[in-house]
Amino acid sequence: MALPRPEELISDVNLKKMPSKPWMDTLPVEFKPGFYCYGAKGKNLAYVDMPNARDFHVTDPDWKLPEDWKNIVIQGIKQRIERFRTFHVFMDICVRCGACADKCHFFIGTGDPKNMPVLRAELLRSVYRKYFTSSGKIFGRNGGARELDLDVLKELWYYFYQCTECRRCSLFCPYGIDTAEITIMARELLNLLGLNTDWISGPVANCYRTGNHLGIEPHTMKSTLEFMCNDIEDITGIRIEPPINKKGAEILFVTPSGDLFADPGIYNCMGYMMLFHEIGLDYTWSTFACEGGNFGFFTSLEMAKRLHSKIYEEAKRLKVKWILGGECGHMWRVWHQYHDTWFGPIDFLEVPVSPITGTKFEHAKSTKIVHISEFTADLIRHGVLKFDKSRNDNLIVTFHDSCNVSRGMGMFEEPRYIIKNVCNHFYDMPDETIREQTFCCGSGSGLNAGEIMEQRMRGGFPRANAVRYVHEKFGVNLVANICAIDRAALPPLMNYWVPGVRVSGVTELVANAMIMKGEKEREMNLRMEPLPGKGGE
Amino acid sequence: MYDGGKIIFGLIIFLVLVTLPFTLSIGKDYTKVNPKIDTPEIMKLPETERKCVESKDFMRKEHMKMLIEWRDAVVRDGKTLYVNSQGKTFNMSLQNTCMQCHSNKSKFCDECHNYVKVKPYCWDCHIEPKENIKKEAAL
Amino acid sequence: MGIGLALITVLGLIFFAYFGTAVVGLNALFAIVFPYAAFIIFVLGFIYRIVKWGKSPVPYRIPTTAGQHYSSLWFKQNKIDNPSTAWGVALRMFFEVFTFRSLFRNTKAELLQGRLYVGSSKWLWLGAIAFHYSFLVIFLRHMRFFTPETPWVIDTIESLDSFLQVHILGSPLLYITNLTILAALLYLLGRRILDPKIKYISLPSDYFPLFLILGIITTGILMRYFFKVDVTAIKELTLGLVYFKPVVPKGIGSLFYIHLFLVSILFAYFPFSKLMHMGGVFLSPTRNLANNNRMERHVNPWEYPVKHRHYEEYEDEFREKMKKAGIPVEKE
Repeated sequence: MALPRPEELISDVNLKKMPSKPWMDTLPVEFKPGFYCYGAKGKNLAYVDMPNARDFHVTDPDWKLPEDWKNIVIQGIKQRIERFRTFHVFMDICVRCGACADKCHFFIGTGDPKNMPVLRAELLRSVYRKYFTSSGKIFGRNGGARELDLDVLKELWYYFYQCTECRRCSLFCPYGIDTAEITIMARELLNLLGLNTDWISGPVANCYRTGNHLGIEPHTMKSTLEFMCNDIEDITGIRIEPPINKKGAEILFVTPSGDLFADPGIYNCMGYMMLFHEIGLDYTWSTFACEGGNFGFFTSLEMAKRLHSKIYEEAKRLKVKWILGGECGHMWRVWHQYHDTWFGPIDFLEVPVSPITGTKFEHAKSTKIVHISEFTADLIRHGVLKFDKSRNDNLIVTFHDSCNVSRGMGMFEEPRYIIKNVCNHFYDMPDETIREQTFCCGSGSGLNAGEIMEQRMRGGFPRANAVRYVHEKFGVNLVANICAIDRAALPPLMNYWVPGVRVSGVTELVANAMIMKGEKEREMNLRMEPLPGKGGE
Repeated sequence: MYDGGKIIFGLIIFLVLVTLPFTLSIGKDYTKVNPKIDTPEIMKLPETERKCVESKDFMRKEHMKMLIEWRDAVVRDGKTLYVNSQGKTFNMSLQNTCMQCHSNKSKFCDECHNYVKVKPYCWDCHIEPKENIKKEAAL
Repeated sequence: MGIGLALITVLGLIFFAYFGTAVVGLNALFAIVFPYAAFIIFVLGFIYRIVKWGKSPVPYRIPTTAGQHYSSLWFKQNKIDNPSTAWGVALRMFFEVFTFRSLFRNTKAELLQGRLYVGSSKWLWLGAIAFHYSFLVIFLRHMRFFTPETPWVIDTIESLDSFLQVHILGSPLLYITNLTILAALLYLLGRRILDPKIKYISLPSDYFPLFLILGIITTGILMRYFFKVDVTAIKELTLGLVYFKPVVPKGIGSLFYIHLFLVSILFAYFPFSKLMHMGGVFLSPTRNLANNNRMERHVNPWEYPVKHRHYEEYEDEFREKMKKAGIPVEKE
């Protein structure tokens, strides 16, 4: 479906005008093309034993739900209320102050009031009140409660698959109400009825079977890495043999599979291998634990756990000492905030120590997982790496903080430190749009499907708007980031809103500037484009 | 993880704070105000003459307002006479009118003011009558 | 929606108290029964709600991190917004509860000619902080009615609150908080009515407490500055409640009983409403947990083993392909 031109896309958005009808009276929800993902396929749900596996078509009036679907949802809410204090408290204490309202990129980009975090949560809260609070039972609608019926269910589906779980709202909420948590719960409930999207359930099934979302089988993964090494050889003259499933290696390296496959992720992947080669790191890839990302996280926490169990199991099988993680957003949210609870105590690994610098990563002493940016920043600080920054001189760089790493971990300085050490031109975007206040790319949490492009372009607008600002002011032409979804989602976003701005991972920039021992005079960057000052200009 | 201990600790603090008025009252007497109007100056008057500038009920609720009005009238407008609802005229003076009869500040003024925790600032400017203090000391 | 309903309810409550005391003369009901009942409901209800939340565990440690994290590297940690220790968390919670730090961060987004502008916006914070602190001061000041001797702290608060030494219409000293709470309440109510977004999300239960508290404040102000009441009699009543020797002194007008009844309603309503955010903010897992996830394991009491794919199954499926590609396998 063709999108309107950028200047037209959000011309219909008016954040100050609300519909005349109260929000409870606007059912049934209209499934607008470009605003929802396609429904899950039965075979993908069945492969991972999800309930009610059947081909699910969103626009079909009949969603082929189980007989007692209503009861399933209500019992599901009850169970989650009892299990999650987050959910329980967040259902109860919102005062509807509205501080979150204009913090959501989807609200800013669509003007749809149900994209205000508070109202997104109220969609589910109203159902909760009806069945679980005395005020809801007694006062009904006047108590903010409503009956769960098929139209309400469809509305829940529509709007909880329009949230990217970026947590920007939770930053501003005076009580820390986290819409991501509510979305996670809502999606768990929807998944009890087999109401997933194709774009999430497909990768989940793939990941279960092959270890990665894309369904890359082991031999393909190997040839992909070798293919990249061919390119590296062309560029640097150095031949790298990627270690795969190597037992006894010191470190297991895991990165999102997006880095194995799509432009510009592959350049980042080349960067990892060049970096590890240069410092002589004793590491290994695993063809099974070959996905740091986790689309299970967008399905249910249980599914997330099922998909990530392989990582520590592989670490154990391959007898490594610790795990190094690549650049990814939600991967790091899961790794950082959930892994230890799910899989700990991790007593078969060692507290990570950089074999090059000797730095002991005490802050990862329990999970034994270190972020590549932490690892690289430490290398740079110790002067281990030599750079020719001028190789990146054609790049005027800004850094997009990925939501999950920002608000689920708090890593802001490491990537900036790295970029400033390998690039001469770096400019941050305005303060209200970076670091903990960063705007989402608009495509996170499984929303980077093609069929939801209009919603993505609208949701990505606040981010693009800030990029446009530094593009116009400083001539920024590259958005660096440490997230595989960003690397997939930002290029179309930039092409749409700020043409001329490209996207890259941070390690790509590192590898491009890094002077490798024994390399030939480089003529090309990792994308095989002429380096600045080397022809073509 | 429940953090049960912290929650219970918090609830105990909550409980202690909200019941503080009750717990503070334990073992203490329930006090009642009893402003005295039996000063010698009043007792000297014949019973029919024992009347304040306005009715007792009015004085209870409005005396503070009246005193402020008197002050403003005397100090700012130079008016010194007050005509009450009965048509009777009084000199607008705290010391020469009010305290003339109510010479027992501690038993009359302070009794209620202390009771409801009100601190009038009459005595920031006026000289506090000393006799009561002397009397009490003598007793 | 529901502003009318909320207003009518509060007006109904006011009328009920007026009717009950001035017409029917059930003063004891309003002076003794309702206050006691409300207090008991408040205390037990509050504890019940907290315990109910407390019974739900915190399965995962998911703080919202709002600053640079702690790491073994040299970067300076933001210890308040991204705490890694219990002390840090205590500090973060202190600022959250006492200065509304998250709300202070508030911004406003505006679209102008196809561009987005995001700027600082502190009005909501100011209104909220003015309201809450005014309410707290007023609440504490009222302790003079519930204790024979107020502690010096409360005397100090009271004298600070009235330090302007201004009289309105010759009435007692003006309390600053009377002005600030009125202004804050009208602001909070006004934005619910005038800001289309806030209006759209508001429920009757959002307007009701505003009108209720407005009613309480108004009757309080009327009693203090305009229609005098016999304060000694009122203190006799309130002390009677505290000493469990309840009395209904004569000469207390309906205005006071309306005030007391609305306060009773507020107390009784509190545990069953959004006002519980007072207790809830302490239990919010995105704020009250340290971001030390990779250092210390957080245990989930209901964690259960899940079915997942083991390497053996994986190798069984792909063994031939792996061997062909020269990838090491477990079983030849």
